[in-house]
Amino acid sequence: MKIDIVRAGLLTTVQDLGRTRYRQFGVSLGGALDVHAMRVANLLVGNDESAAGLELTLGGVRIRFTDERLIAWCGGEFDVPVPPGHAARMHAGDEISFGQPKIGCRSWLAISGAIEVPIVLGSRSTDLRAQFGGFEGRALRDGDAVSLGRSRNGGAAAAISSWSAPREWTQTAEDEPTLRIVRGNEWEIFDAFGLTSVHFDVTPDSNRMGVRLDGPELPRKEDVDLTSEAVAPGTIQVPPSGQPIVLLGDCQTIGGYPKIAHVITVDLPRAAQLRPGDRVRFREVPLEQARELLRQRENDYRCFKTGLSLQRA
Amino acid sequence: MPRSRAKIDIVPLGDSAVVLRVPNNDAALKAQRQIENAQIAGVIECAPAYDSLGIFYEPGAIESFDQFVSQIQSASKSRDRRAKVDSRLIEIPASFNREVALDLGLVAQHAQLSPDEVVDLYCRVEYRVACIGFTPGFPYLIGLPKKLITPRHATPRKEIPAGSIAIGGHQTGIYPSASPGGWNVIGRTPVQLFDPNNDPPVLLRAGDRVRFTRSTS
Repeated sequence: MKIDIVRAGLLTTVQDLGRTRYRQFGVSLGGALDVHAMRVANLLVGNDESAAGLELTLGGVRIRFTDERLIAWCGGEFDVPVPPGHAARMHAGDEISFGQPKIGCRSWLAISGAIEVPIVLGSRSTDLRAQFGGFEGRALRDGDAVSLGRSRNGGAAAAISSWSAPREWTQTAEDEPTLRIVRGNEWEIFDAFGLTSVHFDVTPDSNRMGVRLDGPELPRKEDVDLTSEAVAPGTIQVPPSGQPIVLLGDCQTIGGYPKIAHVITVDLPRAAQLRPGDRVRFREVPLEQARELLRQRENDYRCFKTGLSLQRA
Repeated sequence: MPRSRAKIDIVPLGDSAVVLRVPNNDAALKAQRQIENAQIAGVIECAPAYDSLGIFYEPGAIESFDQFVSQIQSASKSRDRRAKVDSRLIEIPASFNREVALDLGLVAQHAQLSPDEVVDLYCRVEYRVACIGFTPGFPYLIGLPKKLITPRHATPRKEIPAGSIAIGGHQTGIYPSASPGGWNVIGRTPVQLFDPNNDPPVLLRAGDRVRFTRSTS
């Protein structure tokens, strides 16, 4: 009822869909940086969508199984013997390796029975900054033994579904992606053309809190003194340096920098695939379209979920 | 207290949240209670700041955005008696000794006071927790005496120790855990402000009043 982390790689953490209801106490949402990928992988192995899995960063990971399990993963173009978005069976003693991704930065691995760590503040996600939740509040290390829960169908793992998830859900990394944005509240104080007409480079100090970008400076047309207010994953802040930051799941709950724009929710999976050195562009869409795209994806997801459960029944 | 409230302003924060802008912190905290009590379909959670309230929602769970906004409008105008914000007075014992008060000299110099006078002035007033943010359990306190307003460091410190009491411009607060920061550290408290194993996980909540007491240790 465990997996052995033979090689933990650069940054492997236990994550689920994140920690809601605690933002008012300064606790980050956290969770898988691509919650959609995590829940799709969970469904493919017969878990609840909110089960805890692993978030892997830039590969170099090897995991050994000690009993029979189904696995599925989604994310960047990683070198893995199992294709993304399909369930595969692992037996006791089997190992799976995640090599370096050709494109992208992260992937999410679901294991039938789920990662079994204590629920802290309503979630099993690792909060790296505040050092709680997940596996001892930290990233996994070589040699860790991580407990698993019982698979749904008793000891032997559930039957493998012949279904696979749509490619745009399971392979989210793109070369030089264009992320769609909606206007932020301080859009007007910048020359927004400076954001949408050029490309930006991802800098090495990017992390789970945010993707830091380097490009032509975004000068402010006027100086404003803002009081801090809520920010969210996807918010694009512009600090005094004029270099934008795209906030991700571990971002702080309130911030005082001007918000030029927000990456739309359905494009956050692609933002989570950006790694240092990558190029990214932005394109504006109307807010109503952003909401509509999200509603559509949620409908498609519900159909996928129902289809899978009917197939298993 | 003036009864006329400026028009409530609701602005989108991306495609899954809105920010409700209100005249002051009292109104922000009251609006949080009102909106939570109204149980508006689609609302996931609220996060107050100084004079605003972040409202996070599920776009798939709302009928129309305009209707959702008007539901928020009417909830925040309701006369909900349960929306009263209870305000506890919490005393925070603190040391202002030289070893922990890394920037007390700087603050004193800026205020043209002696370090002792700075501490006396700082401890004489009552603060109010406007909101919790930055890191889990970090209280943004309002009420700093004008004389103690001190600009932040141009280059933030790599690490400010846990429990540090600090001044950043007109704001003051307490670092619950060690973290980078640009505020001026004037003291330290041994009190634990954030414990993930408690629910709620924080000692101080928005709306609470805070007084610092000088410990001799």
